[in-house]
Amino acid sequence: MESKLTNEQVLEALRAQFATAIGEEEQTIDNYLTVYINSKNVHEIVDWLYKHPEFKIQFLTNITGVHYPENEKGKELMVVYHLHSLQNNFRIRLKAFLPIENPVIDSIVDIYSAANWIERETYDFYGIIFNNHPNLKRILNQDSMDYFPLRKEYHVEDATRQDKDDRFFGR
Amino acid sequence: MGKVTETGQMEAINYEGFQLTKLDTVIGAARANSLWPLPFATSCCGIEYMAAMSPNYDIARFGMERMSFSPRQADLLIIAGTISKKLAPVLRQVYEQMSEPKWVMAVGACASSGGIFDTYSVLQGVDRIIPVDVYVPGCAPRPEQIIDGIMNVQALAKHESLRRRYSPEYKHLLDNYKIDNDIDGE
Amino acid sequence: MSEDLEKSKIKNEGVLERTFSTETMDGQIATLNLGPTHPATHGIFQNILKVDGEKILSAEPTVGYIHRAFEKMAERKSFQQITTLTDRLNYCSSPLNNIGWQMTVEKLCGIEIPKRVQYMRVIIMELARIADHLICNSVIGVDTGGLTGFTWMFIERERIYDMYEQICGTRLTTNIGRIGGFERDLNDKFHALIQDFLNTFLKRFEEYNALLDRNRIFMDRTIGVGKISAERALSYGFVGPNLRATGIDYDVRVHSPYCSYEDFDFDIPVGTEGDTYDRFQVRQEEVRQSIRIIKQAYENLPKEGVYHADTPLFYLPPKENVYNTIEGMINHFKQVYGEMPYPVGEVYHSIEGGNGELGYYLISDGGRSPYRLQFRRPCFIYYQAYPEMIKGQVLSDAVITLSSLNVIAGELDA
Repeated sequence: MESKLTNEQVLEALRAQFATAIGEEEQTIDNYLTVYINSKNVHEIVDWLYKHPEFKIQFLTNITGVHYPENEKGKELMVVYHLHSLQNNFRIRLKAFLPIENPVIDSIVDIYSAANWIERETYDFYGIIFNNHPNLKRILNQDSMDYFPLRKEYHVEDATRQDKDDRFFGR
Repeated sequence: MGKVTETGQMEAINYEGFQLTKLDTVIGAARANSLWPLPFATSCCGIEYMAAMSPNYDIARFGMERMSFSPRQADLLIIAGTISKKLAPVLRQVYEQMSEPKWVMAVGACASSGGIFDTYSVLQGVDRIIPVDVYVPGCAPRPEQIIDGIMNVQALAKHESLRRRYSPEYKHLLDNYKIDNDIDGE
Repeated sequence: MSEDLEKSKIKNEGVLERTFSTETMDGQIATLNLGPTHPATHGIFQNILKVDGEKILSAEPTVGYIHRAFEKMAERKSFQQITTLTDRLNYCSSPLNNIGWQMTVEKLCGIEIPKRVQYMRVIIMELARIADHLICNSVIGVDTGGLTGFTWMFIERERIYDMYEQICGTRLTTNIGRIGGFERDLNDKFHALIQDFLNTFLKRFEEYNALLDRNRIFMDRTIGVGKISAERALSYGFVGPNLRATGIDYDVRVHSPYCSYEDFDFDIPVGTEGDTYDRFQVRQEEVRQSIRIIKQAYENLPKEGVYHADTPLFYLPPKENVYNTIEGMINHFKQVYGEMPYPVGEVYHSIEGGNGELGYYLISDGGRSPYRLQFRRPCFIYYQAYPEMIKGQVLSDAVITLSSLNVIAGELDA
């Protein structure tokens, strides 16, 4: 099924509606529309896309976090939203940067119920706080864990194990 | 049983008779051939365990027709799959609820030693929290390997001394795991 | 930062106000802990239920009991090694996950796959889909008390496992194929097995179907149970047979075809009510459609031919070359050590897995391992709807709803 919308069409409409909140477009290998947005406008952009009569982007595919420790200050954490329009066969990827000292962003649980656990997973792995989330606590890791494991400074192995000697395991 | 004639052949007798054997042997045979397993199946090894239950491999012929999902009624705790640190207290509680004599079989690489998952969230082997009798390696082990593990457990059950669970060595083993063993009522 | 956390905590309202119940048997609300180890929850899920008599008022699921940190591990492994991790996502249909991952890397590196390899992949993926649906439906049967179907269908699954063994050597965690194709061609034993399977499977499948399809007890236990409407399903991110049972025909194979699925003629079964009986029927029909696809792919597959793409940069060389020629050894060495020119960039690729749209979001920084790899796991996303689906039902219905959702613990927690 061919896509009924084009990247340029949607990007123009977004820029027309939210002038300053939309940043640059990134060219990706899979050719989906990838746009950097301002993290403060996430909720209204996603809501506008949901309610748009022609675009009908009404399916949340996924929300991810990424950690870039080498980025400039204020842009170390990134939240990526994958949205999908089933009727038009169009996918869009929204990216928002967050500072690592205070990674707070609005939650989109009131638009998509699926965002509930996905945002909890992003919080569990990266420590990104979602405002207005009904139940923001850890989901996959133990509640007593006190660090955010997917950040780049932590190893995948358990740091407290005593029996495995790193010399023999090639670490 | 039969009378042994000079040629060494057995004759069947058709009157009531006596069988002379040791208590250990009879009880060992009864225990070994009627183990009720508790399948603690968490992940992929659980599917191979389900395949072992299927007619192609059939563990029902080893006396395991009935899976006991209640620990109080189970003899053999089969841990098939990865155990994470979040699940470890649950597993420990299930083990403690089982009554003696009980055996533990760790199926798969993840249950034996953590497997390929040397991560912050996976328990590196179930024998860190409970004593294990038989390890079945593999990822996932074939149902024949699981059956081989079961046969090893049967061999253990058959030849176990009846006083083993009261012995100081066993108590020492459980003390290492900080498991309270009040089998003699103390 | 901590005050934001305080604001997002649970608002502790009374449970009766939140879960309005007009009939109370004796007016006493009990808390019941279903799981984490429970015979009927296939996998480790804990649900803390508030029940009024036997009627469920609310449920609070806890997951993460088998969290193995795949995404963190993937940042240390090479692209070929990550295939072994993807096996263990939805382990009932491992080849689907493997091939989906290999297609993601091929999308990243821009590798073209020959037609014959695509047809081989389609055959294997559809066999995996049949295996997955057989487990799910047998287990629904077991949970309603019909154990016979389980024993019959597991014999059929052994035949599928025999076919996997001819290709990759293992049964369950297959690690099938390579980036670029397969490591060896299909041998004669595989051809014999699959012809036998295609000739005889449907007859046995219909016998199994007859056990449950119009069975009075099964229908009474599953019709109207665990209903969800199409709008709520879409909001919860449902995909796969669970979404198709509510009436929405979203199937990634048709919506954005990959791997030559557009060459084949097949239907997408769609339900109407979104209850357990519909999910069962959708999966049954999908098995029949999968057999149809396999027949078409197998008839059009040339018996001999290429079995991998011609990309020495990303396809591991055959072992005869690795052990006997210096070029093969150097090629293998460079690939394993990651000295090949992997592109920098990101891709999102999705396939129709056993449970729906299984997506791989891969950010590569040019190195041997991904910079970030995230699996879009359908089970994790649609299991959130479970409390809503069982509200107002009795406990045995909750158990059947869970098994009809086909929640696989490996895919849930990753």
